[in-house]
Order: sequence, then C-alpha cells, then structure tokens
Amino acid sequence: MKDIIQATGLVKRYGEVVALDGLDLSVREGTIVALLGPNGAGKTTAVSVLTTLIEPDEGSATVAGVDVLKDPAEVRKLIGLSGQYAAVDKDLTGYENLDMIGCLYHLGRKRARSRARELLDRFDLADAADRPVKTYSGGMRRRLDLAGALVAESPVLFLDEPTTGLDLISRRELWRLIRTLVDQGTTLLLTTQYLEEADRLADDVLVIDKGKAIAHGTVDELKDMVGGERIEIKVADREDLPAAHEVLGRVAVGELQGDERSRTVVAPVTGGARELAGVLQLFESNEVPVSEVVLRRPTLDDVFLALTGASAESREQTSEPAKPGRRGRGSR
Amino acid sequence: MNFLTALGDGLVIARRNLIKLKRVPDVLVFVLLSPIMFVLLFAYVFGSAIDIPGGSYREFLMGGIFGQTVIFGATFTGAGLAEDMQKGIIDRFRSLPMSRAAVVLGRTASDVIYNVITLTVMAITGLIVGWRIRGSLLDALAAFLLLLLFAYSVSWVMALLGLSVPSPEVLNNASFIVIFPLTFIANTFVPAESLPTVLRVFAEWNPISSLVQAVRELFGNIPPGAPEPASWPLQNPVIYTVLCACLIIAIFAPLAVRRYVRVAKKS
Ligand SMILES: Nc1ncnc2c1ncn2[C@@H]1O[C@H](COP(=O)(O)OP(=O)(O)O)[C@@H](O)[C@H]1O
Ligand SMILES: [Mg+2]
Repeated sequence: MKDIIQATGLVKRYGEVVALDGLDLSVREGTIVALLGPNGAGKTTAVSVLTTLIEPDEGSATVAGVDVLKDPAEVRKLIGLSGQYAAVDKDLTGYENLDMIGCLYHLGRKRARSRARELLDRFDLADAADRPVKTYSGGMRRRLDLAGALVAESPVLFLDEPTTGLDLISRRELWRLIRTLVDQGTTLLLTTQYLEEADRLADDVLVIDKGKAIAHGTVDELKDMVGGERIEIKVADREDLPAAHEVLGRVAVGELQGDERSRTVVAPVTGGARELAGVLQLFESNEVPVSEVVLRRPTLDDVFLALTGASAESREQTSEPAKPGRRGRGSR
Repeated sequence: MNFLTALGDGLVIARRNLIKLKRVPDVLVFVLLSPIMFVLLFAYVFGSAIDIPGGSYREFLMGGIFGQTVIFGATFTGAGLAEDMQKGIIDRFRSLPMSRAAVVLGRTASDVIYNVITLTVMAITGLIVGWRIRGSLLDALAAFLLLLLFAYSVSWVMALLGLSVPSPEVLNNASFIVIFPLTFIANTFVPAESLPTVLRVFAEWNPISSLVQAVRELFGNIPPGAPEPASWPLQNPVIYTVLCACLIIAIFAPLAVRRYVRVAKKS
C-alpha cells in the first residue's frame, strides 16, 4: 500500500514559538492514523499545513501525490476537513449548510441536495435539518461539521479533535459514526488529546510533542513501549507513603510516581492481575493499610511521562519549559 | 473556465447571503426603514425650505436621495464581509475547492438584490410624498439600472474597506469618511453651480454628481428653466457615470479579491 499523506521536515514558527519543529509524517492509503498530543503540541498546525490552510516555513508535503505547496487548489478537491472549531454558518439550517458545501465542491445542484439529506439522516440530524444551526447543541454542531467534511466523499479526510468538548455519550456516538463512515477505503488523519480515542479509532498513532513526532506505532505498541500496566495504590495514611514506595519498588519495572496530597503511588508493572494479588499480600504482611487499588493500562499521561519525562498535562504550552505536574505526578 | 467557476461559486455564496438577510430580520428592517427615513427627512426638512425657480425642489431632491442612499447602502457590503471574516464558516470556505473570488463576488452580487429592495421602497415612498416620473418608462428603467450599476461599483470599494478593517464596528466610521464628502460635495442636494469654485470643480467631476444628474434627466425631474450644466461630465452624465463605474470595478475588484485571499490565509 502506498502513502497517501506524506510530510517531511515540516517547520512552522510563530515568532518565538515553534509550532512545528521538523515533523515527519506518513499515512498509508485506507488507514486511520491519530495524531496524539497535548494542547499546543502542533496538531492543528500540522493539519492546517496538510489541508493548505497555512504554508510551512520549511519542509514539504503531498496528499494523494499532489504537492500541498505547489498545487493547493488540486489538494482541496481531494480532501474533507472538519477543523477544531465547528465551521458552519449559524444563520443557515443544517440542510442549507451541507447543500452549500456540496455546491462549492461542485457536485451539482441535484447531487448536493440529495447528499445533504443523506448525511443529515446518517448523522441523526434529520429532525433538525430545517432549523437554523444556532438552535443546535454543541454535539449537533460537531456532527454537522463532520458531515460537512464527508459531503464530497473525498478520498482523504482530516478531523481535528472531533470530540473535544463533547460529553461522553456524544463522544461515543461520534466514535461509532466515524468508524462506520470511514471504513470504506477512505484515509483518515485525526488529531486527539485522548489515548482512548486513538485506541477506539486509529490503526496507527503518531505521538507528537513540541512540534515533533516522538513515537509511532499501534496503540498497543505504545502502551507496551511504556511498560505493560500500572498499579495505582492509595494508602489510608500519609505516613505510610514511604512504606508503599518501598513495597512497590520491589515489583516495579520502571520509575515510581508518587503524589503526596492524594496519597497515591503508581508503579509500572508487567505481571497483570497475578502481580496485583502478590502486591496486595506484600502490603498486608507489611501492615500497610490500603484504601484504593487500581490495575490499569497506561494512559496518555503515562505514555507522555515515559517518552518525555514530564506529564502531559504540565506540557500544555510548548513555549514554556516543562514544569512538575499539577498533580505532582512528576515528583520523584 | 476559471471565470465560470468563480461565477458559479459566487452565486452559491450570494444565495447564502440572501438566506441570511431573510433570516436575520433586524438587518431587513434596517434595509427597509433607512430609505423611507431618508426620503421623508429630505423631502420634508429640505424640500419645503428651498425654492427652485420653475420647479419643485422636492422632485429635484429625489434623484439626490436615490444616489445618496444606494451609496450609503454599499457600506452593507463592507460590513457583511468584515463580519464574515470573523465567522467560523470562512475556515470551511478556505478548505473547499471553491474559487478564491467567490466570497467577495457573492457578497457584491447579493447586495445588488439589497439595492433593488432599497430602490423599490424608496421609489414607493417618493411617489407617496409627491415625486413623479415625468419621462418615459424606459428612461426610468435606465435610471434604476444606472443606480444599480454605480452602487455595484461602490460595493467593490466598500468590499476592500471591509476586508481591511479589524472589525465591522470600525467599518462604519471608516466608510463615512469616504462617503460623506463624496455625497455632499456634489449636486445631490444643491445645484453644483451654486458651490464655490474649488468645490464646484470637484462636484462637477464627482461621479456621484453625474449619477444624480443622469437620474434626474431620465426621470424628467429637471425643472424647465434650469441652466445647462457647464462641464462635460454633467452634459453627458450617463456615459460619464457608466465609465466611472467600470473604472472603479476594474480597479477595486482585483484589489478586493487579493485582499480576501491575504486575509483568509492569515487567520
Ligand atoms: N496563529 C498563531 N499565532 C501564534 N501562535 C500560534 C498560532 N497558531 C498556533 N500557535 C502556537 O503554536 C503552537 C501549536 O499550536 P497548535 O498547532 O494549535 O497545537 P494543538 O492543535 O496541538 O493544540 C502553540 O504553542 C500555539 O500557541
Ligand atoms: Mg488544536
């Protein structure tokens, strides 16, 4: 299979801020790739370059073999984009929005109309189709915006944080929609801050931070890369924290993360449930009372921690040096 | 080919603008009320104050009010674009394979419809307060077309202005600076001959004067004993106005489109 999106050495600076710092990227035809990274990592900037909205300072990119810089007009014919913020006209109805987009993709009046109705049906917006968008909820606007990206059945789709700001139910619903709509040979590049979202949707994940790719692989590969699972133990008494550190230190395969205020210690492990039972026995025999226990797969925060040595949430601004995490996860 | 795409896409955008005009009634109210207000205000405040030998000042005034109102109306084009540029939908437009000229082309086109509405309302109000078309119907039609053409050309100037201001609020002030002197240093409300020399020369070559002169002639609203205008533009007002409108479009349309591409890229 060939690469349908190709980018090499993308650099984009905004004054002092380096939004993209030599980003390389390739997406094979017919796959779903997630660009995963915290706020300010450069996800939107990367999507904007690939969708011809901004020009990079350095580097080059092609979409379906067409050069993004040399022939942007041609690229626009091949892509569908749903940006980070819903780009719909609030005074128009949902139907009018999609109809207009279809016309501007040059589908022809008739096709634009039927496609608009079709998508409104599929996105569960048929009842609201003839109401102005300003009466829509946030989730409905998001869905409409997403439908806008699908109007022309473009071979390459870009979705920038499609579910950010949605409640859990709308988010699940959108995941379902994206999966059913995109499995027919379409290539999709989506960006997200949530490993779970990448997990649900993507074949491959590219983790980016400070405008650079720092890891690449399937979700499972990434999770394995940072070490199997996490045991998270909350002790009943703050004074027991050193003891908890000592006990968990015996089984951990990597560095422990402790947080004094929430009285928790997190240990990367590989032994799963059996190991957990052993750990609990150790706590028991050392007479360290435990109030909460969690065995879980690594989260995005853990992946970041492992890859960059700082927690994702403390890295929201790439222009600033990494600080210790707000919740103190970074403390040693 | 490229030109046809631009035209087609422009029409799609124009249709969208008209839907919005219909749906946001406060704009429509303004569209309908301001021409009524202009006619009544000028007809009763000025129309009864000044005497014109051999004719009715109110009737003479009507051409001026027509001219002034459509030019003020062009501000709408700039305001609409300035507002569009702040809206999320522009981000959508930027990623679509549509003509880069479509947004500006569509806006100026939909404002022609806006001007048709304005002129209709104004004409009806005028007829009610005693204005009459005294020439042929064909001439009257030509007068309306000339008003629309000139308003269309001013729309392009305002489009450029609308795309150059940081917010729609700034636009009103900026456009008044342009519009006020242009509409007042003209024969809009007083005969150009009565102005002091410097202003008179300006007024005589001001295309708004020729527009108003042409409209007055075509409507048959020039009082019988009125002196022949002394300058070429006012002696050939229709030709001069058409020439000016074409020149304005030829200069400002490319500038406005280029400006749109520049602004759209930056956001
Ligand atoms: N138009 C802009 N002007 C100045 N700085 C910008 C602009 N766009 C993005 N940035 C900066 O570039 C960095 C990357 O931004 P962005 O691509 O939006 O990140 P993400 O989408 O991953 O949250 C951030 O530090 C952001 O503040
Ligand atoms: Mg973003």
